[in-house]
This record gives sequence, structure tokens and C-alpha cells, in this order.
Amino acid sequence: MRLQSAIARNRFVDSLFAILGLLAMLVGLVTLLALFLGLALDGWSRLTWRFFTSYPSRFPVEAGILSAWVGTTTVMFVTALTAVPIGVGAAVYLEEYAPKNWLTDLIEINIANLAGVPSIVYGLLALGLLVYQLHLGQSILTAGLTLALLILPIVVTSAREAIRSVPNSIREAAHALGATKWQTVKDHVLPYATGGILTGLIIALSRAIGESAPLITIGALSFIAFLPHPPWQPEFPYLSFQWLLDPFTVMPIQMFNWVSRPQEEFHTNAAAAGLVLLGMTLAMNGLAIFIRARFRKQIKW
Amino acid sequence: MIDARPMLRTIAAFLLLALFSFPRLLDAEPAALIKIDGSSTVFPITEAVAEEFQKANRGAVRVTVGISGTGGGFKKFCRGDTDIQDASRPISAEEIEACRKTGVQYLELPIAFDALTIAVSQQNTWADSITVSELKTIWEPSAQGRITKWIQVRSPWPDAPLKLFGAGSDSGTFDYFTEAITGKAKASRGDYTASEDDNTLVQGIANEKHALGYIPFAYFEPNKRKLKALAVDGGKGPVLPSRETVENGTYQPLSRPVFIYVNRHAAERPEVREFVEFYLTQGATLIEQVKYVPLPAQTYRLTMEHFRQGKLGTVFHGSPAVGLQIDELLRREAKP
Repeated sequence: MRLQSAIARNRFVDSLFAILGLLAMLVGLVTLLALFLGLALDGWSRLTWRFFTSYPSRFPVEAGILSAWVGTTTVMFVTALTAVPIGVGAAVYLEEYAPKNWLTDLIEINIANLAGVPSIVYGLLALGLLVYQLHLGQSILTAGLTLALLILPIVVTSAREAIRSVPNSIREAAHALGATKWQTVKDHVLPYATGGILTGLIIALSRAIGESAPLITIGALSFIAFLPHPPWQPEFPYLSFQWLLDPFTVMPIQMFNWVSRPQEEFHTNAAAAGLVLLGMTLAMNGLAIFIRARFRKQIKW
Repeated sequence: MIDARPMLRTIAAFLLLALFSFPRLLDAEPAALIKIDGSSTVFPITEAVAEEFQKANRGAVRVTVGISGTGGGFKKFCRGDTDIQDASRPISAEEIEACRKTGVQYLELPIAFDALTIAVSQQNTWADSITVSELKTIWEPSAQGRITKWIQVRSPWPDAPLKLFGAGSDSGTFDYFTEAITGKAKASRGDYTASEDDNTLVQGIANEKHALGYIPFAYFEPNKRKLKALAVDGGKGPVLPSRETVENGTYQPLSRPVFIYVNRHAAERPEVREFVEFYLTQGATLIEQVKYVPLPAQTYRLTMEHFRQGKLGTVFHGSPAVGLQIDELLRREAKP
């Protein structure tokens, strides 16, 4: 009898906890859904082709997000291109090369702490270093480097996790066959870790895409009715990097600008831009999941 | 096993190409670019002018407009980072000093009127007008915690709580309102709902029967159905804010000119010169569209004359002038 009642009680506690857990999950999910629905209802009507191909305007109906989404895309491109080599390089060094001593410990603690530094601090750093010292101006390059600094700790940490998950037996096998450390890393460790590294990178980028505080600090603009220079040119060397020094605006700043306008119609535009930004973030996360699945399938050991 | 070598090779090639092109990047011809920054109050006007100017030039000249606030904008302007500065108040004494240190000289051009509107809820049935001294009673620093009911302001008004809404202390609107009403810039009571975002104030006042607040006219105009403006009595009878009363100078002391400041060296560039002249000739209709009040036509002509003659410096000598007529300002002697 005592046993039965104990089982019954434990079952009750068990289901109670399941319900509690479900409720906890629903709080987050329902809030997100409500936010999304509110945004969708407000902004849906504005999501036309013209909205994507128009510049900002004083007329809410004519205003669009062309310069904003191009700005966001180019800035993210620079961010990714900067954060990957530096972040992966640091992770490889820390995992494969660095000796275990107090200096490495200090570096590790610092990286962990940097991940928690408020983004505005990175903005101030970039303003002092990139804008005033290196004279890069209020450009796409400055913004991309700023956001790269911001996500670097996340990229390093996730790349280290990915490298650490490569079994040691692979390294030992490579060394046994006479491979040098660099050959082991280049031919075995990195290829296997690529899926995890890319996933971490994209999650870091989806944090960076919503940032506005550091970009406002370095002087992102609110009204831009032109695109950056094209990245190609007719004569040698065909690629042009002029666009890196062009002024820019990004989606969160465009949204903020519209929300603070007196006319109701601009608030609708802001909701539509929010939907697009949400879509961009979702697409990036989807890509991360796809890449992870693809690389996992390719790994055979 | 996956081969990472093609990827590495692509990256290496890309970096090499980047290295190749970098010198080109530095000596590339700068495209005609006009950099504008500053006040959020003036932003809608400059944005409209920039939009039309770029259309008229078919994209040959690029114009960027930022919102750093009047103070933040002047920091960049005096460092020489921007060509034109949007300002919702005249340049301050410290900013004059900062510009003098870096050797930045400028032209001061009034471009439109902004009127502060005393707004109450549509449900407010008792108040239609308010005097400047009553506003002072409400907003002066000593009113904090003391003036909390409508009846304390004027006796026939109800014995109901007075809910106040106003600009946050970082805003140029706050500086001007406190200067005009309490007589000293930034001297205000602190126990009111403050926001730098004027939409928050509009919502707050509209939903609160006993509310009173001040907002820019450009925010009152599109929200007329939700809000009611109080006529302000500056000693010559109550006057409602409107285009006419602002233009003829009777809506006092809460109407003020807003400015652009043009860097003297930038003004020598043909595209900047063209832009400013476009601003002063085509601006009036655009200013109406974005719900600000344009200056009288002869004022634009006079301002244009000053711009062409290169009249440097400010006529305010570092302190905002309350209740001045615009023509009076233009006749004043400027100081660098």
C-alpha cells in the first residue's frame, strides 16, 4: 500500500512538473507569436515589391527600405568576412597550439567576459579607434569591423566547442601517419569542425543584425537615398572596394526613424520593416540548421 | 573526409585581389557627397529637401542626413566632419568656442518655424486657453510636488489631478520650452512624464483626461483628432498655434525659428552651394508638406542674400533669444 501511494504521488509530481515546463515554454512562445502577429497585422499591407526597391521618403507610401537592406547585407558581409578568419584562427590556436598556463587561462577568462560587454561599449571603442585614429569614416567598413569585434567572442567560443568535439583519435591517427600539426589541423580537424563553426557564426550574425546602438555611436545615418558603389568595375582589377568606404544605414535604424515619426502611416512602415528584419534573421538561422545537417551527413568516422 | 583546400584557395585569391585594389581605394575620386547631421526636429525638413534635391540632380550628388541631436551634431560639425548642421536652437557659447578652436567658420541660416503646442486631451472640457504665467506656475522647479491639481492653476478648473507630459532633458525642445516659460534654460520641475520620443507624449496625453503637455506643432497637427491645443496668452490675449499666428509672430513666446549651419569651406563647393540655394528657394513648399511653418518669402530672400555675401557667424552670441521676430534677427549683427 505504502509503495502504491508513493508511486501515485511521484506520478502526480511528475505530471505537475511536465505541465509547469510546458507553461514556461508557452510564455516565451506565445509572447513571440503575439509580437509577430501584431507586427504582421500592422505591416503586412506594406510588403510590396516597391517597398523593397524604394528609398526612404517623406511620403510614407513612397518610402521603402532599399538602402536599409542593402546596408544591412553589406555590413553583415564585412562582419562575417572579418570575424571568421580571426575567430577561427584564435580558436585553433587556443585549442591545438596554446600551452596550458596562466596566460592562456587569462585569455580564456577575457574572452568569456568580452561576450558580456554591452554593445554600446564596442561602439565607443570603434568610434575612438576606427573613426578617429584610423580615419575609416562613418562607412560600411567601420560598421562591419565594429560588429565583427562585437561577435568575435561568440565566434571564438563556438569554434572552440566545434574543434573540441573532433575526437582525439583522429588527431592521433594523423600524427601516427607522420602529419605535422598544421597538416592535422588543415586536413582533419578544420573540415570536421566546419559545420559547428558555421553554425556558431550564423547565430552570432543574427545577433549582430539587430544591433543599432554601436552603429549609431559610430554615426550611422538615417536618410540615404543612394546605394553604395558597385563591387565591380570595367577595368583591371575588376573588383572595386570603393563601397567599403560609402556611408550606410541599416534596418534597425530605419525602423527606429519611422517609429519616431508623427504620422501613423510611418509606424506601419516600421512594422513592415520589422517583418523583413525578422524574415532575414529567420532565413539566417534556417541556413545554419541546413549547414549543420549537411556537414553532419558528410562526416564519416 | 572533406577537402577544405578549394575554400582556402578562394579566400587567398580574394585577399590577394583586395590587396591589389587597396591603393585604388585610397586614391579614388570622392563622389560629390554632402554630409548633414544634427537635430531630430529639423530632420524631416532636411530629409524632404535632400530627397527632392537628389531627384532634381538625378543622383549626381549624394546627400546623407543623420540624427545626432543638435548637441551631438554640433560636436561633429565643429570637428569639420559634416558640411551642414541641422539645429533646433542657435549655436551655444561652448559650441562657438569649440568651432573657434578648430577654425571651423560657418553661416547661420534660419529655415523654418517650429511652434511648441500646449496639448490636452480631447476629453478636457474645462480648459481652452492658458497664460504664460500659469504655465510658469505649473512648470517652474518650485512647483515640484506642490502644484498637483488643476484647481491650483486657475480656480474654476476642476479639483482633479494634473498629469504632466513633456520633453526629456536631452532634447532641444526642452531647452527652448524651459527658457521661454520659466526664464532659464533647463530649469523645470522633474516630476512629470518625460520622453525624447514625441509619439510617447502624444499617446500619453490622448489617453489621459487630466493630462497637459507640450509637443512640437508637427506632432500635434497629424494627431488633431486625439488632442486639443490650448491657446497661449503671452499678454496680448490667447492665441492658438497655427500657420498664420506663427508666421505673423502673434503665437509667442512658444514659436521659434530652426536653423541650418553651413561650414564655410563646404559652402565653396558647388554642390553644397546648389543644395543650400535649393533649400532656400524650394524649401517653403516642402516645409509645409512636413507640417512645419515656412518663413515669410522676403525672409528667405534676405537669408539667400546673406548666404551669397558669405555672412559668417551667429547673431545669437551663444544664448537663445525668446520671443524675437524673425526679421529682427536677420537685421542683427553677426559675430563669429
